Amino acid sequence: MNHLPVLPVLIPLVAGALLLLLHDAPLRLRRLVVAVACLSLLGVALMLVTLADRGGYLVYQLGNWPSNVGIVLVVDRLSALMVLLTAILGAVAASAAAGGLDTRQAHFHALLMFQLMGIAGAFLTGDLFNLFVFFEVLLIASYGLLVHAADGERLRRATHYMILNLTGSSLFLVGLGVLFGLVGTLNMADLAAKIAATPDENVALVRAAALLLMVVFALKGALLPLWFWLPRTYAAATPAVAALFAIMTKVGIYAVYRVHTLVFGAEAGPAAGVAEPWVLPLGLATLVLGALGALAAPSLRTLTGHLVVASAGTLFTAFGVGGADALGAALYYLVHSTLAAAALFLLADLVLRHRPAAGDCLRTDDAIRRRDPLALAFIVAAVSIAALPPLSGFVAKVALLDALAAHPSGAWLWTVVLASGLVVIVALARAGSHLFWRPPPKGHVATTPVAAPAFAETAPLAALLTASLALSVLADPVLAYARAAAAQLAAPSAYIAAVLGQRPVERPGSDR
Amino acid sequence: MELLAASAIGVLVACAVWLMLRARTFDVILGLTLLSYAVNTMLFMVGGLALGKPPLIREGLSPTLANYMDPVPQALVLTAIVISFAMTALLVVVALRSREDNGSDHVDADDGDGR
Repeated sequence: MNHLPVLPVLIPLVAGALLLLLHDAPLRLRRLVVAVACLSLLGVALMLVTLADRGGYLVYQLGNWPSNVGIVLVVDRLSALMVLLTAILGAVAASAAAGGLDTRQAHFHALLMFQLMGIAGAFLTGDLFNLFVFFEVLLIASYGLLVHAADGERLRRATHYMILNLTGSSLFLVGLGVLFGLVGTLNMADLAAKIAATPDENVALVRAAALLLMVVFALKGALLPLWFWLPRTYAAATPAVAALFAIMTKVGIYAVYRVHTLVFGAEAGPAAGVAEPWVLPLGLATLVLGALGALAAPSLRTLTGHLVVASAGTLFTAFGVGGADALGAALYYLVHSTLAAAALFLLADLVLRHRPAAGDCLRTDDAIRRRDPLALAFIVAAVSIAALPPLSGFVAKVALLDALAAHPSGAWLWTVVLASGLVVIVALARAGSHLFWRPPPKGHVATTPVAAPAFAETAPLAALLTASLALSVLADPVLAYARAAAAQLAAPSAYIAAVLGQRPVERPGSDR
Repeated sequence: MELLAASAIGVLVACAVWLMLRARTFDVILGLTLLSYAVNTMLFMVGGLALGKPPLIREGLSPTLANYMDPVPQALVLTAIVISFAMTALLVVVALRSREDNGSDHVDADDGDGR
């Protein structure tokens, strides 16, 4: 059996456990372990993407149990892509933290590794209960990363975040319990096959369970009534951690894309399409409110938090529209928006460090010099996330609008998406001019001379922006990959056949 | 027996929701604990309620679900108990720190007087 699919879970697990043992070791050794783990995770993720791009499914049966009894990990184009994105953000967060965060925070490295393990596991698993467990792994690591060295207001926000997510976990368990009670399995492929044949008296319960799971994923992915925690929580996190959190909302969105196309998707009989009528209007409203929130944000980090909400709204809208075209464009948009949001969080950190008095607040005192490299970085990130040509955001928006045009109320969708895009542009222009352009008010004396950032501090940001640029240059192959991934999502029967058809490995001399 | 169990879970959930909507972190944590009790009990019961049926296979008893309890819900509930216990313990620690730092255990103490 090919053991590659389990490595994205095992590498961070082993590295994290090792780092717990090494917590007294010299910093250099701990950073070396993290670097080795991140680089090997990147390598494995690249190999998985190459393998998945052949169009098949890699099914890994843990403990060699048959698929409907044991837990399976499944690699298709979508999960391989998400694991690659996780590996990139993990490496970036680790190198950004090497600027000083990891010296202040005990066990930072171990928590980072467990967080990566939870995220990668959530993307790979083919079992609904296992998805719950990986959610909890990534959540408990994120609590640790969030509350560290926190005080006052940050602790209160962390408490809110934990209470919300504990409630969400309970709802997740209720949904799982209902499904298991009705169907008797939690393997996603098996569930999908059995839900399609639900007897009439159970249909209402299955639909209720589908919507309960939708609520849980919407809480993680920041859909309208459930996103108010996000901007404050992300602004309370240290920026290296916030950059990693940029992919955590995407875990919720991935779960919607996976579970609600596979288990409750087009081929699910009575439960088909139960969530879409709710998700489309709520996604649009999330997009609008996220854009308005960005306009009203008092600091660069809160602004970025609202942009994360707006991008979640876009992704939920694409799911509500449905179909392989919209999902394909949405997957490209997902990669783009994750990279761009992470870049803005890192940028906020640099701004914060170089404006001792004003921090990243959008005020004009302590303006950074106009020719500072930070201003250039801000322009690149802002143009990308505001979907202006020529960067990746533009490609993503055009592909998405193209797919939305086919919808019966396409004109309304275009209006909302374009108008909120305009609001985002205004918000980013306002932030940029406050931070970099406008002269300080008359009579204002800068508290300390503003130093240009050192190379080591800007390297992770530069790497992210380069990745974002590469996404624009390689738009064609990446978009083709995203569309192929969406085509896989739109045809769940192949997934079901691949998972349930996988036989355990025969061992010589075994009579099982 | 099903009616009794289901009503008990319903009462637990109702109490949990009421407590979670209160303004103090202590009440909210109690509410979360009650909610996790309710959910765990529910998970435990999705395999069906029966007396005297073992979940593990015995000699001389043919291995069908007519003679045994489904062991999977019991495994699920064990995992769920461990996770919710750990999460609640962590939440208690964070809430205590937050109370010490902010001088109030009000969930949204932005008004400062802890109403």
